[in-house]
Amino acid sequence: MSPPPSGGREAPTEPEPVLVSGFGRASASAAVTTLVRSPDHLDELIARRAASGGRALARGLGRAYGDAAQCAGGLVFDCRGLDQVLELDATRGVVRVEAGCSLRALLAAIVPAGWFLPVTPGTAEVTIGGAIAADVHGKNHHRDGTFSAFVDELVLHTPVGRRTLSPADSPEPFFATVAGMGLTGVISQATLRLAPITTSKMVVETRRGADLDQTMEILERADASHHYSVAWVDGVARGRCFGRSVITLGEHAGIEDLPAHQRTDPLAPARARCLPVPPGLPRLISAPLIHAFNATYFRRAPRRATREVLAYPPYFYPLDALADWNRLYGRRGFLQYQYVVPDERADVVRLVFERLIAAGQHPSLVVLKRFGAAGPAPLSFPRPGWTVAIDLLAGTEDLAATLDRVDELVASAGGRVYFAKDGRLRPELVAAMYPELGRWQAARAELDPDGLFVSDLARRLHLVAPEPRFAPGGRDE
Amino acid sequence: MNDTTGMPASAVVLGGDSELAAAVLAKLAKRRLERVVLAGRNEEALARRGAELSALGVKDVRTVHFDATDHERHDGLASELASELGDIDLVLVATGALGRTGSDELTGAEVARSIDTNFTGPAAALVGFARVLRRQGHGTLAVFSSVAAVRVRRANFVYGSAKAGLDGFCQGLQDELAHARAGVRLMIIRPGFVHTKMTAGMAPQPFATEADVVADAVVRGLETSAELVVVPAALGPLSVLMRLVPRALWRRLPS
Repeated sequence: MSPPPSGGREAPTEPEPVLVSGFGRASASAAVTTLVRSPDHLDELIARRAASGGRALARGLGRAYGDAAQCAGGLVFDCRGLDQVLELDATRGVVRVEAGCSLRALLAAIVPAGWFLPVTPGTAEVTIGGAIAADVHGKNHHRDGTFSAFVDELVLHTPVGRRTLSPADSPEPFFATVAGMGLTGVISQATLRLAPITTSKMVVETRRGADLDQTMEILERADASHHYSVAWVDGVARGRCFGRSVITLGEHAGIEDLPAHQRTDPLAPARARCLPVPPGLPRLISAPLIHAFNATYFRRAPRRATREVLAYPPYFYPLDALADWNRLYGRRGFLQYQYVVPDERADVVRLVFERLIAAGQHPSLVVLKRFGAAGPAPLSFPRPGWTVAIDLLAGTEDLAATLDRVDELVASAGGRVYFAKDGRLRPELVAAMYPELGRWQAARAELDPDGLFVSDLARRLHLVAPEPRFAPGGRDE
Repeated sequence: MNDTTGMPASAVVLGGDSELAAAVLAKLAKRRLERVVLAGRNEEALARRGAELSALGVKDVRTVHFDATDHERHDGLASELASELGDIDLVLVATGALGRTGSDELTGAEVARSIDTNFTGPAAALVGFARVLRRQGHGTLAVFSSVAAVRVRRANFVYGSAKAGLDGFCQGLQDELAHARAGVRLMIIRPGFVHTKMTAGMAPQPFATEADVVADAVVRGLETSAELVVVPAALGPLSVLMRLVPRALWRRLPS
């Protein structure tokens, strides 16, 4: 193979594929990426790609842990070019924003005006489009539901044209796009309803949970008493300390909660410090370090419940303070296993930890929280019950078999795993975990009849039918 | 797609009737293997292996005629299989035969054939599959080399030198693939003496092992993104020693 001619402007040669990976960096694949510069440019790119017969996928900030934003051998639309906050109605609390805008950038625009995101995940480094496509949830799911509950309207670009979708006027395509993992088209903008705040601070109550039972009991009680609740759980402690945790319960602070010197400018933007992690590091996270970190984190938490006033980033986005922290896991990366099980099967939470410990896995970071009612989107992850997110070193022995057994446990308990985190679920379990898959597939077929939008996740889990150019012989779908 | 734990959904096996390959596939079938193409010369043996895999729950098992020495067909085969099977997550290269030893008895044709089966043939096939995997943007090539490739021994120098050739070829291809950052990787597997049909009747060597142990090591290699799997593991450090033994001594080692 000869190198591509340099400086050959006249003939638009196909650009070279580059490695595209999920946040966990455990299974990268190669694709050609192209920056989307405007909604019209997006239409043009989609039309051109549809005509050429290849596959394509939108990508935002690449925070999906597994392969949801990868499109091996295809074309990736880098939506970070669509990053404008288009229109903020500061009296009604409604914002129209481009889909490639990050939550961080949007917050910087709306917080000084007295508004906040009604739902935010644990990082602000996701795009609006990504938040809708994964129908993300936050620490307030038990009260407010998912991100999409606050989306009034979105603009979707598909091979059959540009459509404005809303839950009232076009429920099927709207709710297929919400939690649709980018497989119905490319979102270029959305209109969101915001939540009012009077200060940019949070009142945070921090307390320890001595073991798993106490942790779950405290979280259950917090459903009624607190707006936001989450527990960090020590996933490696054994014996009496099994499931010990640090629980943080939060509320937006009122002016009366602030110390006097902050009251003059209660909506002051947060000055977030951010340390970068350099690329090319070897794996710095090891089992002994995981044990030491978890023990230290627990001991550092106050013995008795304490209240403090914090800026919103350290409460909602503690890990954003370390940019590219996924590099700490080295070349082999890590994966996050997030599942939900209904309340009546809360015992599964314990069983999963026990399975992982018995299999010699060392969860580096574990987050436990409660979910409230499920939303209407067929592929939306949250449903009432308990959700646990577990970070695990990738590339360790027996991980595949161990997590396969955990999947079965979760599925048989009526639970499911989260596509935005997944990189390894078995396709056979998808229908049991997402019983409305068929409804979603029907809606998708109308928006993208020729199956232009495909991700590695979709192919791995057979969310979409195999491409027609591949003879179906022998497949039973 | 290979998943984040390195497990493939589809595989093409060159040397599809190999016992080592069958043991690997049986393990992968427990995870997510759903499409397999067994390529080889002995159609009856392929059909039998195929039936075993179907019984293990692999949904789509096919067999195809493949002769490692038929180089003309290699390029076409890779792209044919890709269009028939869809994405190829794993290409397992398990062609090879020990053949006779002793220069006194060997014919030139026999030597050429052995080197073709063990080196030239699989190497020629590998470039075709590497190209297909690069085009699809992901995939793993796993190639059975041998501990015999570490240092050629008088006891099996035809086989050993051919495997040494293949091993070196794979190391070069590994570097090229890593440099290209195309999402494709290659894993070299160097088993020691394994009790199989190929070694039946031979006096077992030190550190002899079973196909099942080799298969476990291969699956672990896929899980851990290993570039080199030496099995049994003790042969890893021993390989270093093997390279250091003076020729005069190496020559005298019992065969």
